[in-house]
Amino acid sequence: MNWRRYLTIYAALWKNSVAREMSFKGNFLLWIVVELCWFGLQLSFVGVIFRETGAVGTWSQWEMVLLVGASNFIQQIYQAFFLVNCTNLSELIRTGKMDFLLLLPVNTRFIVSLRQVDLGAFINALFGLCVMLYAAGKLHLQPTAGQITGFGALCLVGILIHYSLMFMLAAIGFWTVRAQGIVYGYYNLFNVARMPDEAFHGAFKAMFTFALPVLLVSNVPVRLLADKIVSPVAWISLLALGVIWAVISEWFWRISVRRYTSASS
Amino acid sequence: MRKYLHVINIGIQSNLAYRFNYLTRTLFSFIPLFAMLSLWRTVYASGDSAREHSGYTETQILFYYLLVAVVDVLTAVNEDDWQIAADIREGNISQFLLKPVDYLTYRLSLFVAGRLAYVAMASLPLVLFLWCFRSNVAAPASLAAALAFPLSLVMTALLQFFLSYAMAMLAFWLLEISTFIFILFAFEYLASGHMFPLDMLPPGLQRVLAFTPFPYQMYFPVSVYMGRAAGAELVQGLVMQFAWVVAAYGFARFMWYRGIKKYAAFGG
Repeated sequence: MNWRRYLTIYAALWKNSVAREMSFKGNFLLWIVVELCWFGLQLSFVGVIFRETGAVGTWSQWEMVLLVGASNFIQQIYQAFFLVNCTNLSELIRTGKMDFLLLLPVNTRFIVSLRQVDLGAFINALFGLCVMLYAAGKLHLQPTAGQITGFGALCLVGILIHYSLMFMLAAIGFWTVRAQGIVYGYYNLFNVARMPDEAFHGAFKAMFTFALPVLLVSNVPVRLLADKIVSPVAWISLLALGVIWAVISEWFWRISVRRYTSASS
Repeated sequence: MRKYLHVINIGIQSNLAYRFNYLTRTLFSFIPLFAMLSLWRTVYASGDSAREHSGYTETQILFYYLLVAVVDVLTAVNEDDWQIAADIREGNISQFLLKPVDYLTYRLSLFVAGRLAYVAMASLPLVLFLWCFRSNVAAPASLAAALAFPLSLVMTALLQFFLSYAMAMLAFWLLEISTFIFILFAFEYLASGHMFPLDMLPPGLQRVLAFTPFPYQMYFPVSVYMGRAAGAELVQGLVMQFAWVVAAYGFARFMWYRGIKKYAAFGG
């Protein structure tokens, strides 16, 4: 792959996205407000829980705030790069606009996955980061450079997992026209991702740890950052599933795109 | 009246075409619900009940969320607000200005049809889910609760619908209203008691919320069923809910009336 060429293309896509967002400035700001409202909602939920109890398992109030902040950060960064593109895929297939993308002399998955950038999401990710810093202050955390690097790397793995899973769901659009509902269904998993792992047991925990590891995506990095015990099973599972799902998702994309039969008459 | 029954009939049929969507949506919605239930179980298992303020037992709090899920299936506005906004934006409402059909009643019929179709698809998985948690499920708190619950459920549905309808009327003035719908939805999610029972909030906030229609969109019918609103409080609540339904209806009509004026001026 020619990296420099792809960087140039990606820069052009960014320029496009900026131009697109800036032509509806009011709407751009309102979407940031929407996301901020939902983030505030999750934080208020933590506040309410800790009016009822002093701890959830071993998670204290500010550790939970750190968790909610971190999962918002991960979700927003994911959203900034990938979400719109994943939800748009089934529409591209249904209307036949995929034709145009298949004909471009670039890797199709690259152009389908990264065509639009959601700039507002970066600002919301920043809010997540601020909440994390505040919670870390309350917890008197003094993370080492190693912890911060590890946190960043694990966040990247988490984003990769969200992307691999959701892109696969979107690729179902090549098989049935009803994929859009399934893609939005993935949103429910974000709700699981911001909950403390200790709240779950049995089959549910196994499912969202060893199959769809959304329970690990924010929990493991936050545990690392907050000096909580990180079980080796958890982070090995997170890293291994990051690789496994990336491979499966690429394989599924390849067999799916082969089924594409345009939409024009 | 007959023509609206006809609309309901057609609405049910066209909605059943999306039965696969409804089924997957219901099944997916069990994941966060189950997660929520597990979280509260852990909260109560953590023992530290000395800080308990609201007086819910573990069984009651789990049942609260199960009831919220049931009320949501029965009364939530699904895609009605988007469709109404699209009707306005794309000029489909012009035909209703010519026909002897009242657009609000027409939309209400479609809302009823949508709920009926949704209930038909969602009830089996929902009952199975409730069955798994049957040790937490309880009968209505009293005979009065059993009688008042369906009544407040209907009023909840009407309140939800009229508010969404009024909100969708913004499409007369604005091109893109989805942000406004989502912001209202976020407020409703918290202030209606969807996310947690409202009596867990600080008392000051509870008093403020009592002056808004939001608690009557979810929290009130649930507390009627659970007997947390009983006696004089129950009667007073029903009267307040009725008042909000009437107010929301008036507001929906008013927004339509203003919107149509603007619309007519546009179409010339």
